[in-house]
Amino acid sequence: MAGFLQLLVSGLATGATYALVAIGFTLLWQTSQTINFAQGEFVMLPAFMVLAAMRFLDLSLWPALALGAVGSLLLLGVMFKKLLVDPLLRHGVLPLVIATIGLSILAKETVKNYYSGEAQRFPALISGDTIPMGGAVLSVQDLINLAVAVTAVVLLQLFLARTETGRRMQATAQNRTVAAILGINVERMILYTFLLNAALVCLAAYLITPVYLATYSIGEGLGLVAFTAAIVGGFNQVRGAIVGGFIVGIAENLTAVYVSTQYRTAVPLLLLVAIILFRPQGLLGRAEERTT
Amino acid sequence: MTGTRLWGCAAGMGVLVTLIVLPQGLKPYGIALLSRWAVMAIAAVGLNITLGYAGQISLAQAAFLGIGAYTTAILTTNGFPFWSALLLAGGLGFGIGWVLGYPALRVQHHYLAFVTLAFMTMAYLIFRNEAWLTGGVFGINRIPRPSLLGWSTSKPLTYYYLCLTALAVVLAGTWWMIRSPWGRAFVALRENPRRAMSLGVDIRAYTLLAFAFGAALGCVAGVFFAPLVEFVDPSAFTLADSLGLLLMVVVGGSGYFFGPLLGAMVAVLLPEWLRMAQGLYLIYYAVFVMVLMVFCPSGILGLFDKILRSLNRSAPLAVRKEARR
Repeated sequence: MAGFLQLLVSGLATGATYALVAIGFTLLWQTSQTINFAQGEFVMLPAFMVLAAMRFLDLSLWPALALGAVGSLLLLGVMFKKLLVDPLLRHGVLPLVIATIGLSILAKETVKNYYSGEAQRFPALISGDTIPMGGAVLSVQDLINLAVAVTAVVLLQLFLARTETGRRMQATAQNRTVAAILGINVERMILYTFLLNAALVCLAAYLITPVYLATYSIGEGLGLVAFTAAIVGGFNQVRGAIVGGFIVGIAENLTAVYVSTQYRTAVPLLLLVAIILFRPQGLLGRAEERTT
Repeated sequence: MTGTRLWGCAAGMGVLVTLIVLPQGLKPYGIALLSRWAVMAIAAVGLNITLGYAGQISLAQAAFLGIGAYTTAILTTNGFPFWSALLLAGGLGFGIGWVLGYPALRVQHHYLAFVTLAFMTMAYLIFRNEAWLTGGVFGINRIPRPSLLGWSTSKPLTYYYLCLTALAVVLAGTWWMIRSPWGRAFVALRENPRRAMSLGVDIRAYTLLAFAFGAALGCVAGVFFAPLVEFVDPSAFTLADSLGLLLMVVVGGSGYFFGPLLGAMVAVLLPEWLRMAQGLYLIYYAVFVMVLMVFCPSGILGLFDKILRSLNRSAPLAVRKEARR
């Protein structure tokens, strides 16, 4: 039972970070029909920006983290939208998919060739203590990751539902034309979405890499998980991505222990196929329109 | 039109002669590379049927390559003849591809992409984990090259000609199929499924067929891949390889008959000709793919098409009329 609790908590912690990545992913899809195959690499890049800032600019950890955040907002938010997504939108979905596949190769190979192909230690933001609780040993890192991620998700939900900008963004996601008619600056709202995605992946990077180490290939699994979580929860919903992230995180951790470590990554995928075949709109999604 | 066709025929003959004569003067490595190109081209031609003609996205082509390669490896190292592997792998590919097509009947676009992606990952995990069948991470060694009608293909050059012949046969078959009512139905399915249905095209059957043909050719490519490298292990059949095949088709020009051949050339042969490190080449390749998508999503052949058309537009009226016919 204690072991189960331990697994549950670490599953929730991973799930929460998955949820961050998945939310960004669905937000991009909703507002601009961008299926971002480079979403996993988007999580990898901020970590390496921080590492590079510390190595080449001799910055200490916190300024480097700040620089990494600014860098990812500019690179993964503004430039991604202006240079790649905007010119490609008129061609439809497939060319954009292909281009983001290209982008993910570019990100991986650049890091591998110009930084390192080896796994890099990422400095922990919090001490690696553990707390004994009811026979289980919980890691502080996991608990804090969970708390930070959940806080971020709650804040995001409040922002989308309660503020005027958030509601404008939702309107843009639901129906671009009507939003434009109502006087919403649609282009700006889409830019905000890209910035939000950049912020989410950056946060996810800072939470995940101290645990899993920073490697150029860390994004391969993460991108897949984000997509899975988005589909499990329902593509047209932020809430769905959250639930999806948690389900995938917990399922992965439980399978690794109770079923087979070798097929750990297979479980979310089977879940995904089942969902797609029996409930294509996702667990919480509705067939067409979108809610928060 | 006759002029262009004549030029096309001449260019085709030129390429064919080059492909036959060139390897005579190449070192074994160069020949192996050309054989690899021929094999990858077969897989890409298959994917082009699924994606380019029928418009169904598949991220699982490397899985089929793997299924074909493992079938061959397991059968031929256990003493079964090469042609039995070819038959079985082709059949397996057709069957599995058919079944994989079922989700495509229910879901489209990004959902379909991820069903095929899930299949790809599952196939990789099975290649890696089921050691009793596939040798696990160590793979299967010493795969013999076939000898056909008493004619051994163990030398690189003879094996290259075998691969080239296979590619030619596959191309001829595909050419025939695309011109048949089946091929027209595929295109109808891509362009407007609803209208195709209203015209009496059984879109259900044709979607499944598109997947089955694409997968079968993927497996056939795998059958020739295994004896070529004489060693199969799971690392050659990952999601990245599937995405690579997808890029080949799109870069060459999806929906163009010769697109996959060109795409495979860009991905397999070009890095060697440019004498560039693999990693560095991938960086340039990725940038090239993104730029190509921005300016010409129909690929390199699409770009040629565009240029030809704009040249035609600047030609005098009489010539233009001739060209349109």
